[in-house]
Amino acid sequence: MSNREAETETKNMNMIEAIRDALDVKMAQDDNVVVFGEDVGYFGGVFRATEGLQAKYGKSRCFDAPISELGIIGAAIGMGAYGLRPVPEIQFADYILPAYDQIASEAARLRYRSSGEFIAPITIRAPTGGGIYGGQTHSQSPEALFTHVAGLKTVIPSNPYDAKGLLISSIEDDDPVIFLEPKRLYNGPFDGHHDKPVTPWSEHQASEVPEGHYTVPLGKAAIAREGTDVTILAYGTMVHVAKCAAEETGIDAEVIDLRTLLPLDEETIENSVKKTGRCIVVHEATKTSGFGAELIAVVQELCMYHLEAPIIRVTGWDTPYPHAQEWDYFPGPGRVGDALRKVMGE
Amino acid sequence: MSNDTQLSLHVPEPSSRPGDKPDFSHIEVPAAGIVRKPNIDCSPASIRDLAFDMIRVLDDKGTAVGEWAPEVDDAFLLKGLQVMLKTRLFDDRLFMSQRQGKTSIYVQCRGEEAIACAQRMALSKGDMCFPTYRQQGLLIAQDFPMVDMINQIYSNSKDKLAGRSLPFFYSERDYGFFSISGNLGTQFMQSVGWAMASAIKGDSKVASGWIGDGSTAESDFHAALVFASTYKPPVVLNVVNNQWAISTFQGIACGDSANFACRGHGFNIPSLRVDGNDFLAVYAVSKWAIERARKNLGPTLIEWVTYRAAAHTTSDDPTKYRPADEAEHWPLGDPIERLKDHLIVKGIWDEEQHQALTKQLKAEVKAAAKEAESYGTLGKGQLPATSEMFNHVYKEMPAHLRKQRQEAGV
Repeated sequence: MSNREAETETKNMNMIEAIRDALDVKMAQDDNVVVFGEDVGYFGGVFRATEGLQAKYGKSRCFDAPISELGIIGAAIGMGAYGLRPVPEIQFADYILPAYDQIASEAARLRYRSSGEFIAPITIRAPTGGGIYGGQTHSQSPEALFTHVAGLKTVIPSNPYDAKGLLISSIEDDDPVIFLEPKRLYNGPFDGHHDKPVTPWSEHQASEVPEGHYTVPLGKAAIAREGTDVTILAYGTMVHVAKCAAEETGIDAEVIDLRTLLPLDEETIENSVKKTGRCIVVHEATKTSGFGAELIAVVQELCMYHLEAPIIRVTGWDTPYPHAQEWDYFPGPGRVGDALRKVMGE
Repeated sequence: MSNDTQLSLHVPEPSSRPGDKPDFSHIEVPAAGIVRKPNIDCSPASIRDLAFDMIRVLDDKGTAVGEWAPEVDDAFLLKGLQVMLKTRLFDDRLFMSQRQGKTSIYVQCRGEEAIACAQRMALSKGDMCFPTYRQQGLLIAQDFPMVDMINQIYSNSKDKLAGRSLPFFYSERDYGFFSISGNLGTQFMQSVGWAMASAIKGDSKVASGWIGDGSTAESDFHAALVFASTYKPPVVLNVVNNQWAISTFQGIACGDSANFACRGHGFNIPSLRVDGNDFLAVYAVSKWAIERARKNLGPTLIEWVTYRAAAHTTSDDPTKYRPADEAEHWPLGDPIERLKDHLIVKGIWDEEQHQALTKQLKAEVKAAAKEAESYGTLGKGQLPATSEMFNHVYKEMPAHLRKQRQEAGV
């Protein structure tokens, strides 16, 4: 799935390090890449994703921004129109809404309304998702707000290898990309078993990240676990939850890590569901009008005559993300397992 | 408790409504030439008073007076008159075209021609303007082909934007004219970002951001001032105070409690308030701000005091919310008439030449409109291809859009 330029040395990285490495690679390669956002400069970001970049590339390439999301994205659009390739950061995806007008009305439509005369080659990075006792405003998964906007691409990695390759692809892409980073996965994979100690990325194969430049293509899903009984469509943290549920139930589920939500890799989805005849959709975001509804519609359209059971969604509840009730809200392996048994008629 | 004052909500009202005698007594108009011209490297604090004053060059007799009177030659002045007049005649023609059903909507800039035209004449090639929909003078001042503008307004077969955009939402990169958006205020912030990019690259180009009085209430206005003040990029931030935001007078955007220029001082941005109907003042102040920006001295905020003499758009009837004859009472007069008087006072222009120029420009506009019509008008004649609807959403058309295009049969 990857386009490595050459066989290079790999290095063990967690997701934060992989993201920082992607920024480093692109900043070294392309003078037009600039990185900015709240606490991104001197301090290196509240999650350390930009640590050392200001010292290495200077304050005009990596700098702190005022606490104004619309200002950050509006500035990035102006920079893109000039010819730069900005990679602004929104500190939490929960706080992207003040910039929604600039993203949906401006960045997404600039190419369309100017017939390609002006473009917005921007990658907006934002930590997303829950499972960290983040409460209402540090846990949300707003991807459906962006997949509904024509002109945007929406990307969510689930491991260090993909995070670096997808981020490099996003930065090189001439269209605006919403790059959502599951903060629950920054330091290690998480299968939803909050009661068990979390293992760091170093014990996981996907933490072997090539040094230097490589890409993971946008718009291409990955098969995270091969299986024959049922297809699970997932992304971000839920990829790990889905794999765990398959192991625990003993149901041979094929787990597809979508990686890019828009444009969606319909081909991989279609092939898998036609093979398994069953499908469940898993995401952390709230259920109603969430991205799962789109996925179900696509599967229904493409695979109707191959389906042996109704498609089931396992998602966050239609409530704001609570604090104390974290593990009753978060769709963990138990709930996914129940759905697997249900779709198998067990 | 009984001694408490009963609170009441203050909702500002304009000085006159339909049927009232127009009243602009609240606009203080100082004599031309009395406001000083500071050095471009002055500190913002040292010119705070200028945000509460009004820079004016042309006096009532048509003479250019004071320190702000720019040194410009006769050819430059004649050019200024010509482009302002052309802008107005263009507006007149396209207003009529909309009434004739050749397009869905049009917006005039009547009374505001000096601001866009003179600032454009102070900018250089490569500088980028981030206009609203009421700065058509930025293109006309550069002798931009009117046929191309009208093709876009008619959404016809030669519309460069292939019918995807509303009329007058031009995009002309080579002419330093950023793609217009319907969402108010957004471009003001983007102009600051563009200027930051110019500074990041060590370039010498400056940006010019534009916003109306009403839209200063949008969050983008505040964000733009914060970023401009923080990073000091080369940007000229223009607030065109034409007194009206559709039916809402500028007091609703809190223009009565505090003018728009003085807001810049909360951000330590040098801020000037200028007679927007005075071509020479607009040119001189624009030049001052552009030079400041180009010398890396940072941003400038300018409030251009003017009056929206026409309806908001062709969909609007201003007689429903303001006196029908209000424009005639506007104390700063008409920008074209005032520059014309100046040229006559200088002895380089007369009424006969003015009539001849008007006639010539009318003929030019008419010819451009006729040519554009031959390429189609909205819904009539040749149209942009339906398949264009699917182009330019992304750089390359993704599979789902290819599928939808096939489904649409185009």
